[in-house]
Amino acid sequence: MTELRKARIATASLAGCFGCHMAILDIDERLIELMKLVEVDRSPLTDIKRFTRRCDIGIIEGGCANEENVHVLRDFRRNCDVLIAIGQCAIMGGLPAMRNAIMHSDAPLRECLEEAFLTGRYIRNTTHQVPNDPALPLLLDEVYPCSEVVEIDYNIPGCAPSGDIIYETLAGLLAGKFSGFERHRIRFD
Amino acid sequence: MDTTSEQGLPPDEAERIAAICEGVGDDPHRMLDILRAVQDELRWISPAAMGLIASRTGLSRIAVEGVASFYAFLSQAPKGRVTIRLCDDIVDRFAGMPEVAAAFEAALGIKVGETSADGAVSLEYTPCIGLCDQAPAAMINDVVLTGLTPGRAGDIAAALKAGQSPEELIAQDFLDLTPHERATRQVENNIRHAGASLLSPVPDGAGLAKALDMDPVRIIAEIEASGLRGCGGAGFGTGRKWRFAAETEAERRIIICNADEGEPGTFKDRVLLTERPHLLAEGMTIAARAVGASEGILYLRGEYVYLRDLIEEVLQDRRDRGLLGQGIGGQDFDFDIRLQLGAGAYICGEEGALISSCEGLPGEPKTRPPFPVTQGYLGLPTVVNNVETFCHAARILDQGAQWFSDMGHAGSHGTKLFSVSGDCLRPGVYELSYGLSVRELLAMAGGEDAAAVAVGGASGTMIARDQFDRCLSFDDLATGGSVVVFNGSRNILEIVEYYMSFFVHESCGFCTPCRVGNVFLHKAIGKFRKGLANPEDIEYLKDLSGTIIETSRCGLGTTSPKPILTTLENFPLVYAATVKPSKDRIRASFDIQSAIDDARHMAKRGSEIFDEDYSE
Amino acid sequence: MTGFTFTIDGVEVAAKDGQTIMEAADAAGIYIPRLCDHEGLRHQGACRVCTVKAGGRSVAACTQPAAPDQAVENETPHVTKLRRDLVEMLFHEGNHLCPICEASGNCELQAMAYRLDMTQPTRFPYLEPCRPLDASHPDIALDTNRCITCGRCIRASEEVDGKGVFGYVGRGIHRRVAVNGADLADTNAAITDFAISKEVCPVGCIIRKGEGFAIPIGEREFDKGLIGHEIEEKKRD
Repeated sequence: MTELRKARIATASLAGCFGCHMAILDIDERLIELMKLVEVDRSPLTDIKRFTRRCDIGIIEGGCANEENVHVLRDFRRNCDVLIAIGQCAIMGGLPAMRNAIMHSDAPLRECLEEAFLTGRYIRNTTHQVPNDPALPLLLDEVYPCSEVVEIDYNIPGCAPSGDIIYETLAGLLAGKFSGFERHRIRFD
Repeated sequence: MDTTSEQGLPPDEAERIAAICEGVGDDPHRMLDILRAVQDELRWISPAAMGLIASRTGLSRIAVEGVASFYAFLSQAPKGRVTIRLCDDIVDRFAGMPEVAAAFEAALGIKVGETSADGAVSLEYTPCIGLCDQAPAAMINDVVLTGLTPGRAGDIAAALKAGQSPEELIAQDFLDLTPHERATRQVENNIRHAGASLLSPVPDGAGLAKALDMDPVRIIAEIEASGLRGCGGAGFGTGRKWRFAAETEAERRIIICNADEGEPGTFKDRVLLTERPHLLAEGMTIAARAVGASEGILYLRGEYVYLRDLIEEVLQDRRDRGLLGQGIGGQDFDFDIRLQLGAGAYICGEEGALISSCEGLPGEPKTRPPFPVTQGYLGLPTVVNNVETFCHAARILDQGAQWFSDMGHAGSHGTKLFSVSGDCLRPGVYELSYGLSVRELLAMAGGEDAAAVAVGGASGTMIARDQFDRCLSFDDLATGGSVVVFNGSRNILEIVEYYMSFFVHESCGFCTPCRVGNVFLHKAIGKFRKGLANPEDIEYLKDLSGTIIETSRCGLGTTSPKPILTTLENFPLVYAATVKPSKDRIRASFDIQSAIDDARHMAKRGSEIFDEDYSE
Repeated sequence: MTGFTFTIDGVEVAAKDGQTIMEAADAAGIYIPRLCDHEGLRHQGACRVCTVKAGGRSVAACTQPAAPDQAVENETPHVTKLRRDLVEMLFHEGNHLCPICEASGNCELQAMAYRLDMTQPTRFPYLEPCRPLDASHPDIALDTNRCITCGRCIRASEEVDGKGVFGYVGRGIHRRVAVNGADLADTNAAITDFAISKEVCPVGCIIRKGEGFAIPIGEREFDKGLIGHEIEEKKRD
């Protein structure tokens, strides 16, 4: 990239809680420095829904729980030079992936949805139906880490990652000298 | 705590369990015998039974459960009065076991893994039962049936339903037969080539007679001079092992015979146990005299339970003739042998695990050092040798070290029994001098069409045609005896996947790399078979294998990745042909269609994104 | 008792006859990573995280006797890589979702991952066990989905408490820690047992009820220092 052009960044939240997007804001006042170096393309932060052009860095929060997650993730992989998985959900499935471990019947997805919408002890579902609007993306058989669907270049651990590790990683990558995390920055919680 | 678990046991069952415990003096070290007997009589080890056994033997209930849950032949859910165990080895599969299993399922109305509702029959799979030369084979309670066909399976199921006992399937007059007749009615020996040491006619008792006139130190010197090395696979010098045990200060010393040949494709000890049991007992007695032991244990794998009566008869006969027991040969030399049956655990072929099992514990290897020769069974100096090794030792005492050493070649002296099975015309046991090539053995066995040979079974080396001139010896292709032949129609990855599933099933679980790592290797091979592997998965296989080999605690983990590593090396195209490279860095190995299939069925609609001819 | 010396990563270490490599290293202020070993309990050699290279062979430092003049490799890149693989295997074997685990920050498995520079467990497939939670006991809960089968609770209960509340059952990948009874309430386990204490279970498997999140995330034991630092600080004294 030339010195004049700002780096273009895109972000998305798949099966996540938006906590990692909030954590990006934990960069605090360093955001001002960062914004001098980058412009944000497709992202919930800009409300831009489609890539306007190819991006340098894509940041993915959340794992893949449904077909739309897969679709968005693949779109990011096609349109970004560097793809970063941010937070435990993107890296290893995280909380949504708890369903992988509790569904061991022959029809695990059915078991999960029936528990969630019909048979669970605290369910108050007056329709007595599992939601099935055509607009709802189909769920995957299990929740997948992003790295199983596309190649991921960097993983920033944490739930959510600290503003420090996010800033240091982005700043390092933008300067072309990222060489791994400081050991004391690595946290899985 | 324990008392609560004893409640709920019917009085007659409690009595039977108490009698079983009493029969072995309530000795916790005889736990495997107790649990085997309870399993045989009550068809399962119930929580209540464990409570009672615990209080009889002075152990905690969880300690009993630890043993009961370790061995595959012990069950914590009720099993049928007849348990059919189908051999699931790859050789049996290729010989038609899937069709046989389907026939059993159809005739019995249950699936493999199930027990019939009336409690009559259980049907399950079990790893290699040592009958690959007459596959497909199965155990039915304590008898074995070989050369099965779907038609025969239907007949067997019908006969069992009609109330025939498993023994009656072998012969109507089964109980009138001698133990040797019973064994040979069930299983062919398939001796294809008799060598000079073991399978040619051997004089009765000649080795022991000479040993009784020799100083123990000289016996050991003779064995050392012969160059005899352990025939189970590891190849440790037998004489040295005996010397270490003899030199360790102790009041008691132990001789254990490892008759737990569990390596897939190995069955040569089966033939020795059937045809040379006296020679084996003789070899053990010689070892006892050499190291100063008075107690012996013959650890027979649970799969060979059909040989129990034969061996017990031989031991009793030797006691009657003064060849076992007190004052053997009129000398101040006492030695007797106890038969210990295993209960379905490959790991017990490992020296330390075998000792643990003899002690009534789960079959977990022991921390070394200390080594068994200094602290083995119950902390006593213990010599553990393979069946074949003891038999050779007896022959060496008779014929002399030089005679043995002259056979074979440098570093690998004497003869070796090879168990040949798979895609060959003459499967069976071959006794040959060390040093012949794989090609020569294949020619004898009628396996010239081989495309791949697994030398040494699952934990051995898988070689391709271009390596058939390699030599069967400790220095080149070492083997405990297993030689499995595969022709060009066999799928290498299917073989490897089976071997890895075998190790997953047989890992004791004590250490992390073997317990967990082998599961990952097995899953990774599954990806290759399904065409879902990435190119980098080849490196992953090598790397993970390396970690498992370097960090595992015993020989199981240090050899379990070998099917993968040796096929990666010798059949690289098999792997390269199945990998799917990423396109645009999107993983071709992620199968979106299968991932959304459940949801499609549940929602009764297609995918808006992936079922249309979607494009951006 | 006579003594001798050997080296760990080139540093000379004094040892007494019969001492294991780890015991001698601990005394010398050199930390060898470990999970199944715990001071005061019998050595087991099961987790293999303490694998070192001694005389070119891989051995478990917790059970391997130190030998005179032996050169032991401890924190070399190769050994660290082996250990990272083992720790990662344990992460994938159980359900180790740090974000929802009460032990996060006090967890030795997690702390070991930090020490070994494991940034994320992504190398292996997740096995996702689904074992029932045992919350029968009034003061203690047991979630064996988080168990790393280190067996410290088994030895602590046997050797220190003299009780035998826990034991191993099963084989291979199904091997796990179980209790001496129908459930935990059916045993004589007590919250005052050493086996139940904070220092014995290295992960979030044995849970003491009523004290969850008393210390907030971010202020816990391994937020303050790398695992093993107490041993390493001995060297500086």
